[in-house]
Amino acid sequence: MKILVPVKRVVDYNVKVRVKADGTGVDIANVKMSMNPFDEIAVEEAVRLKEAGIATEVVVVSAGVAGCQETLRTAMAIGADRGILVETDVDLQPLAVAKLIKAVADKEQPQLVIFGKQAIDDDSNQTGQMFAALQGWPQATFASKVVIADGKASVTREVDGGLETLALNLPAVVTTDLRLNEPRYATLPNIMKAKKKPLDTVKPEDLGVDVAPRLKTLKVAEPAKRQAGVKVADVADLVSKLKNEAKVI
Amino acid sequence: MQRDAMEFDVVIVGGGPAGLASAIRLKQLAAENASDINVCLIEKGSEIGAHILSGAVMDPRALTELIPDWKDLGAPLNAPVSEDRFFFFSETGATKIPNSLLPQCFHNEGNYVISLGNVCRWLGEQAEAFGVEIYPGFAGAEVLFDDHGAVKGVATGDMGRRHDGSEGQNFQRGMELHAKYTFFAEGCRGHLGKQLIEKFDLNKGADHQTYGIGIKELWEIQPDQHQRGLVVHSGGWPMQSDTYGGGFLYHLENNQVAVGFVVGLGYSNPHLSPFEEFQRYKTHPEIRKFLEGGKRIAYGARALTAGGLQSLPKMTFPGGVLVGDDAGFLNAARIKGSHTAIKSGMLAAEACFAALAGERQRDELTAYPEAYKNSWLYDELYKARNFKPWMTKGLKLGSIMFGIDQIVFGGKAPWTLRHTTPDHAKLMPASKCPKIEYPKPDGLITFDRLSSVFLSSTNHEENQPCHLQLKDASVPISLNLAKYDAPEQRFCPAGVYEILGQEEGQPRLQINAQNCVHCKSCDIKDPTQNINWVVPQGGEGPTYPNM
Amino acid sequence: MTILVIAEHDNQSLKAATKNAVAAAAKIGGEIHVLVAGAGCAGVATEAAKLAGVAKVKLADAAHYADQSAENVAALVVANAAGYSHIVAPATTAGKNFSPRVAALLDVAQISEIVAVESADTFVRPIYAGNALATVQSTDAVKVITVRTTAFEAVAEGGSAAVENLAAGPDLGNSKLLSRELTKSERPELTAAKIIVSGGRGMGNGENYHKLLEPLADKLGAALGASRAAVDAGFVPNDYQVGQTGKIVAPELYIAVGISGAIQHLAGMKDSKVIVAINKDPEAPIFQVADYALVADLFEVIPQFTAAVA
Repeated sequence: MKILVPVKRVVDYNVKVRVKADGTGVDIANVKMSMNPFDEIAVEEAVRLKEAGIATEVVVVSAGVAGCQETLRTAMAIGADRGILVETDVDLQPLAVAKLIKAVADKEQPQLVIFGKQAIDDDSNQTGQMFAALQGWPQATFASKVVIADGKASVTREVDGGLETLALNLPAVVTTDLRLNEPRYATLPNIMKAKKKPLDTVKPEDLGVDVAPRLKTLKVAEPAKRQAGVKVADVADLVSKLKNEAKVI
Repeated sequence: MQRDAMEFDVVIVGGGPAGLASAIRLKQLAAENASDINVCLIEKGSEIGAHILSGAVMDPRALTELIPDWKDLGAPLNAPVSEDRFFFFSETGATKIPNSLLPQCFHNEGNYVISLGNVCRWLGEQAEAFGVEIYPGFAGAEVLFDDHGAVKGVATGDMGRRHDGSEGQNFQRGMELHAKYTFFAEGCRGHLGKQLIEKFDLNKGADHQTYGIGIKELWEIQPDQHQRGLVVHSGGWPMQSDTYGGGFLYHLENNQVAVGFVVGLGYSNPHLSPFEEFQRYKTHPEIRKFLEGGKRIAYGARALTAGGLQSLPKMTFPGGVLVGDDAGFLNAARIKGSHTAIKSGMLAAEACFAALAGERQRDELTAYPEAYKNSWLYDELYKARNFKPWMTKGLKLGSIMFGIDQIVFGGKAPWTLRHTTPDHAKLMPASKCPKIEYPKPDGLITFDRLSSVFLSSTNHEENQPCHLQLKDASVPISLNLAKYDAPEQRFCPAGVYEILGQEEGQPRLQINAQNCVHCKSCDIKDPTQNINWVVPQGGEGPTYPNM
Repeated sequence: MTILVIAEHDNQSLKAATKNAVAAAAKIGGEIHVLVAGAGCAGVATEAAKLAGVAKVKLADAAHYADQSAENVAALVVANAAGYSHIVAPATTAGKNFSPRVAALLDVAQISEIVAVESADTFVRPIYAGNALATVQSTDAVKVITVRTTAFEAVAEGGSAAVENLAAGPDLGNSKLLSRELTKSERPELTAAKIIVSGGRGMGNGENYHKLLEPLADKLGAALGASRAAVDAGFVPNDYQVGQTGKIVAPELYIAVGISGAIQHLAGMKDSKVIVAINKDPEAPIFQVADYALVADLFEVIPQFTAAVA
């Protein structure tokens, strides 16, 4: 079974981002970039399935600027076999990415595609689901456990208020949540090996996909600073305000 | 558990200006001589530049020697110094020293205001283009010795050990990197350098090193306050005249300024808090005027070597060398260390290349200190050698005497002052020193420690062995607290050390290792040297942007 | 303009999230229809019909909607999308699950988790974990939107819409629900809880933490959280930790007890709808962000608080 794992290059999760003074976006000049943490979890899960003998090949794909090559190499250092870069400078949005992944999947014919549930930069939480819809495949989002057996994926998902387990016919899409696994550290020898693994580059035009963005960002601003509210005199005052004013209890 | 090993010609520990310059020079020489040497550089930060922080005003001299066409290649030296201002501050006043009266070491014509982090990132790209293998996220944790006691390389740190030392789920044993020669380029008070200095007695005959702690913030300021290339230096307030220290404010590009303060770690009053000195420094009218209406965007701190020539240890030992501030080439009088680091790396690389070409390995690269003695680097440090010792004697006396040393004697006074007492031994008991009333942070110009550390983007895996080791666990309370009021609470710029439980009569030292910004001040200033900084897991610590 | 809101429910009753989604739709303006897809869910449709501002309820009641699988629900919505300018769902795990499928099948973008409506085609949404807010404009003919429920006040009752039956859409049959475990009886999970009671260093020790805060959390049906300092001091295990290096939460109500409010803690709870701070130190930074501040000794007031809550 082949597994395809899309990975995104995003601002490192440790970095404290800042909105640019001119309001056009977040300042990411010279800021550390890393693989989206949820995608790391996806790669780790795919590699574990390969190590368990369930998958035969793990292919990673990334869409974006040339720097995404580093992200693909990191994925290969974790254990992916091969990388595909869809190179473009266009500001890619989830629908376009889903279409690009579809074009790659149509060529690669994976039985399972594992996405991170969302990217920590735009927090859209859409791409995996969109891809699944375009393929007409079933999906299990926010996965905390994945078991592949008998041509099906049994996936436990985290939902509001608990867990549910779905059985999906393969081929299927899974999106990862934080508790699915803890990704391994890439070792030096694996990082060195990853440099020699195959990495192909294509362009969106080669795949016949129109990647023009649909949403236009008019401005980016800092959230309003929370202000100090009111002092309450005592517990009775507090409870009354919470009940009647804020209506949260 | 046994470690796997890999072989290289040269292994370099540290991806700062010295380490990168060494790597680049080695590869340049290899290319010129149609030979091939494999060079592996490891860096504990998550990327090149993540742990780099410096003022900085750079003298491009060494960079031009290393890469003459750096400008065409896009090196980020984009803010040529446009103006120098030097002040002595009092609490509200400022006396500007006319530039004509300043000794040459305080002139910056021809220099550039830079982000050293960005310059290192660029150097990293050049190094990789030359074929240097750079591995960020890997910490040099242990020096390896061969049967003859020569350095044979380093081992990278284990990953995934739990707090109690046991192996976690993702445990990875470190790797041994063996080399014919190993370059130690960890910067000021490198933890491996510290071990090597002790093991090979490299300090014999030299003065002990003296240090400062530099604390810096990056600000985005109002455009009408911004003057690209303006360089401001000050001495005096808020330092008392008996404490070495001074401040800076440099205008970069993009309406950004770097503002910072250096406090000599030889201060004697344990109530002194370098972090809070820096915060109140920013309230001085000459500094505040730039920051008003601006936004703080980054924060960080790092110890600096200040001992200069007299404190340079022997820089070679069998199998390896110390380059950059792991040895201590920073020129305190010029307040610059990046060009000296680059030059030292180049000199060491040249000696190393010649040795490799002569089929040598793991011996002493004596050609390196010899070349250093004959280089402009030595001349420069020689000229500056009396700066720190004079300034340590007091601001007024020091300034006058150093002025004479430079202007009258041209830096060649027939005496060399020595550093007599190590920084950590200079602390006086808390009861004998006046408490210092620091103003509360206003949240606009001045800030508290925790919100500052927040902007260093530092992070460490919680569940790992504490990298701040106490030689004696009782000393923090029985000595540091009892005698010095636990000065580590104040000299750490990241809030790592807290004394808790005093109200309940059960004081204990809490170590918030996760906050550490790898500045090394605790390792330097603990009065009995009880704190030993060792390297935490690779890829952790600060993620400094544009610093 | 006509807006289709996809109802959130469990076949028995309508979930509150739907009311927030309808509120968002009302801000967009136009006629509001609500789609209820489920099995044996006629009661849900009746409830939806009573919401203020709802003009019509469309009910698709069929066995293959019992589990409300993303595949089937999305296919149904797409089959009935004609004539709608906006398709809106709450940003719950259910809404986030099916809504992007709808967008992809309609070949339009989705605007996720909006917190404000500027106009019929312009919305505000959080990015970078809420550290920035982006104002985005959609150029698509149909806007597919998910709504952050805490950003829109739920609509009240007051409507009397007609309920129209829809033909069931296809059963794609490629996904089956094996089991569902909803943790209703135990304490809610920290990241999903509507109310969080959180203790800091001021609690003094672990015994105090549990003795004082558990009864309060029980009464409020709240999850229990803690600051880094409390965890480091050993009061509670580290999965209680809220903050930059702990969990990021955004409940309706966050009650910070004996917590100073360092920026690292704020990073984990700044998106709470309402923040209450109880601390004896009037200078504690938490008071700069608390909506309701009670400067008092927590050992006195927490038991009072617990008693006062019904």
